[in-house]
Amino acid sequence: MDLVTPQLGLLVWPALSFLLLLLVLRKFAWKPILDSVNERDAQIRQALDAAKEAREAMVRLQADNEQLMAQARAERDQMLTEAKKTRDHLLSEARSKAEEEGKRLLEMARQDIENERKATLTEVRNLVAALSVDVAEKLLRKELQKDEAQEAYLQEQLRDLQIPSR
Amino acid sequence: MSQTSLLHLVIRCSFLWVGLLGLTLHTNSASAKASATSASSQEPASDSSEPKEFNASEVILHHIADAHDWHLYDHVDQHGVSHPVSIPLPVIVWCQGQFHTWLSSAFEHGHASPVSHGLTFHMDEHGHIAEASGLTVLDFSITKNVASMLISVLLLVLIFGSMARSYARADQKLPGGLARFLEPIILFIRDDIARPNIGEHRYHRYMPFLLTAFFFIWINNLLGLLPTGANLTGNIAVSLVLAVFTLVITNWSGNKHYWGHIFKPHVPLWLYPIMVPVELVGIFSKPIALTIRLFANITAGHIIILSLISLIFIFKSLAMAPVSIAFVLFMECLEMLVAALQAYVFTLLSALFIGLATAEPEHETH
Repeated sequence: MDLVTPQLGLLVWPALSFLLLLLVLRKFAWKPILDSVNERDAQIRQALDAAKEAREAMVRLQADNEQLMAQARAERDQMLTEAKKTRDHLLSEARSKAEEEGKRLLEMARQDIENERKATLTEVRNLVAALSVDVAEKLLRKELQKDEAQEAYLQEQLRDLQIPSR
Repeated sequence: MSQTSLLHLVIRCSFLWVGLLGLTLHTNSASAKASATSASSQEPASDSSEPKEFNASEVILHHIADAHDWHLYDHVDQHGVSHPVSIPLPVIVWCQGQFHTWLSSAFEHGHASPVSHGLTFHMDEHGHIAEASGLTVLDFSITKNVASMLISVLLLVLIFGSMARSYARADQKLPGGLARFLEPIILFIRDDIARPNIGEHRYHRYMPFLLTAFFFIWINNLLGLLPTGANLTGNIAVSLVLAVFTLVITNWSGNKHYWGHIFKPHVPLWLYPIMVPVELVGIFSKPIALTIRLFANITAGHIIILSLISLIFIFKSLAMAPVSIAFVLFMECLEMLVAALQAYVFTLLSALFIGLATAEPEHETH
């Protein structure tokens, strides 16, 4: 059979077979295969989009979280600072109050002591005076049993009247 | 997906076929040797003791041509007479308004003249069947090429049928088994051949043709490389049929713009008598180029391999065998690349022609 002369049988059979093959494969192979490949492509594209979105959301969330954390940290610092300030304030206030109170108490005690001392002094003075008067009375009584003595004393007293008392 | 990944696929595939090469070499050399002696068996009674000179071109042309039987090997009996051993195939001829059918064994390799419905037929040494009184005979036989093609069609239906079923079965629509190997090729044809050449909106319609053409050509190229394989895609009739499919599809889907370009080209009116015939020739020159490219590439590959094997018989030396076999091994590997490459080129050019015929003018496509 010749190399470059097409034979009738080899035109007819391949034409028929190829046409039939084309129709059969189109219906039973290419359509289902391409359909499912396309479907899978769409699914993959969707999944990739979803993943990208999720990643972006994650990044956003993380940023939010960090911001929240920073805010919380700042608030805590502020609270700590304020608490410290309050404590210092309270301490110093308490200390000054205590000091004042102490001073007041001391003052009061000193006053009391002073008063007591004064009272005691007065009492002692009174007692001394009374004792003196008693002694003087006794002395006088003994002295004045005689008439001239009485007279002399009287004279002396009269003389002393010009001297101002203490 | 790129050209390089196709190359990887081809290489991977090549390794698969290398295993079969040993067998190829063995059988090819055996059959070449047998053919060397079979020339003598044409006249078995006269000079069987004196073998004819080895004629390489005759042997090669015989091997790349179609035949009515599937020749396996030649058996040499104790008297030194060579008998071809082959699988008989149906012979179907149309003559005098009716079909006549036999198995090819009825012709006994040209030594017998079977009679059907009162007509006597005989087969000449080139395999042409003629009627004794010279009536017109139309040969529709299931020849070796047709048989090989039917096997390939069956294989394609089985392979892609099971692939489609595996997609229907899988819950996740993940490719498994054979589909894992074939899906990248299908995606390559879709994304690197159909889409860029035909366009995003129209390529769907032509995918079945492009896929069928690619796998049909590829599997037949590979089957042709098997031992005793048929040279189907290297037959000009077959490549012509495939190109005619491209021709019909291209012109069937040709739009107003395409036909306008042929019958009302943008040239002065006085150039029309030249331009219109040139454009009309252009319609047919494209598929003719497809026909010849596929036919010539595949046939040339077969001729080279057979020539290299013939060297052993031309030099009549066993020492030549390792050299020949080394070259044949190299050529077989190259041919496996060519098998995929020619399928790719045919598909690519078909897509390109369809794309040219269906393209809208620039301002409409974008």
